[in-house]
Amino acid sequence: MSNLGRKIISQTMIWGALACAMIAIVPLISILAYVVSQGIGSINWEFFTHLPKPVGEDGGGMANAIVGTLVLVALSCVWAVPVGVFGGVYLAEYGDGKAASIIRFTADVLTGVPSIVIGLFAYVILVLPMKSFSALSGALALGFMLIPTVLRTTEEMVRLVPMTLREAALALGISRFRATLNIVIATAKSGILTGILLSVARIAGETAPLLFTAFGNRVWSHDAFEPIAALPLQIFVYAISPFDDWHRQAWAGALVLIVLVMSLTIVSRLWTKRTYQVH
Amino acid sequence: MKMTKWIDPLFKAGTGALAWLFVALSALLLMILVEAALPSIRAFGWSFLWTSHWDAVRDQFGALPIIYGTLVSALVALLIAVPLSLGIALYLAELGPLWIREPLNMLIELLAAIPSVIYGLWGLLVLVPLLRDSVEPFLAKYFGFLPFFQGPAYGVGMLAAGIILSIMIIPTISSISREVFTTVSNSQKEGALALGATRWEMVRMAILPASRTGVLGAVLLGLGRALGETMAVTMVIGNRPDISLSLFNPSYTMAALIANEFTEATTPIHTSALMEVGLVLLAITLLLNVFARMLVMSMTRKTGSKKS
Repeated sequence: MSNLGRKIISQTMIWGALACAMIAIVPLISILAYVVSQGIGSINWEFFTHLPKPVGEDGGGMANAIVGTLVLVALSCVWAVPVGVFGGVYLAEYGDGKAASIIRFTADVLTGVPSIVIGLFAYVILVLPMKSFSALSGALALGFMLIPTVLRTTEEMVRLVPMTLREAALALGISRFRATLNIVIATAKSGILTGILLSVARIAGETAPLLFTAFGNRVWSHDAFEPIAALPLQIFVYAISPFDDWHRQAWAGALVLIVLVMSLTIVSRLWTKRTYQVH
Repeated sequence: MKMTKWIDPLFKAGTGALAWLFVALSALLLMILVEAALPSIRAFGWSFLWTSHWDAVRDQFGALPIIYGTLVSALVALLIAVPLSLGIALYLAELGPLWIREPLNMLIELLAAIPSVIYGLWGLLVLVPLLRDSVEPFLAKYFGFLPFFQGPAYGVGMLAAGIILSIMIIPTISSISREVFTTVSNSQKEGALALGATRWEMVRMAILPASRTGVLGAVLLGLGRALGETMAVTMVIGNRPDISLSLFNPSYTMAALIANEFTEATTPIHTSALMEVGLVLLAITLLLNVFARMLVMSMTRKTGSKKS
């Protein structure tokens, strides 16, 4: 009897653990279902090609916000990806000392810094001196958030490259520089790319650091020194408005954003799996 | 041949410079926030943290209700998220059948991929009406004798923020806890099973005691995320600097305050006060993260060497 009791308790706990997972998946399904069902109705050609319309006027789109997000992500990558990738290579190839652990520690801790604080930083560094909100300051904030993840995944991926490969290359008489660039980085390429994709997926949906850097824009912006629209910002503005029209637009924007972010995430996850299996 | 002489040191120096550039930027972040917050620190001193009058018109700034809202909303989130996350982590690490673990894990990780603003949109247009029309009246009817469930049901408020936050931090806590659980050595688990323990007794006697430190680290990392979360909270918490025991009441968090007021701040002291709020937020999350990382690291490193 007591044995039966113990078995029943054990089985109940296992079902309980499964129930926890199911409870957590309910909001996931609800969010995805709402975004798709509420958003799909407003997705049409106009949504991708037109500027937002004022309240009350039907239609309009988020063309500038979609392009704005792409521009912001591209600008962030331009400066942050080299810092992250080469910084990671440095940690993997030369980073055995105490000093290097400071870099690692900074990267780990920085992933926990609230994104809005990073927005404040970019505001003081770029917006104040330039006296204008700008795409550039947005890219500073987003790029800064991109670095820690890229840095750490690059380091991990480069460390996975077998030492024998390096030694073989060096034994052929080429420089360490060439060996690292052409052999080591080339071998770790797909892993590094996965890290970049994952971090890009994260920053593409960021809103808080853009509130007082990129700021948003109702129309097209023409250079990097002007405020620029971004998809998450536009969703935020529409969501907190009291207008049903704008709520519909917000759902549609959310659908576009979620498709963008999820496909980046899923592609990179499947990719990691494949790379790991090859090794 | 000559080229290799200078290109290797140059490569090392160049990549090292980039890595240190990142560290320098991080240090700059801290310094800049301190500098920007200085006028407010000078004007209000410690009373900034202990007084509860946040009045932009009279330039009086006391952040107590906002700090209270930040801590309590994160606490509510932890109350919901910790038990769920531990259940999930145990199921994924130990209890569930192998074939289900990977797909289930992928779904939980997708929760982490949803942008904060979409949580906010869903929270505002789906969760808040649900809370207002069904959940909060129900809680008030049956648990209204508790101080936490009193007052009018607005929908937006502490409860909505806590729920949204809990969903957002579940992936953080569960994935780290899962990692910690899997580092418990197999001999411990097999030993328990060999002595006739059921699966659950094995979890209780072999896995949980061995992973206490790591799980605490995971919870603290989740807490750090909850404290700093901005958009979703801003959209559902109601943004009113009140201190009230009732979870139905609107409240405010530090991140939400900065998000709402920063671009509208007109006086330098108002901007500086917001910077100080940011600095306090940064200080809290930094300390939490450093502490939590050390806990998790001490766990995984120990067993990492054991494995090899």
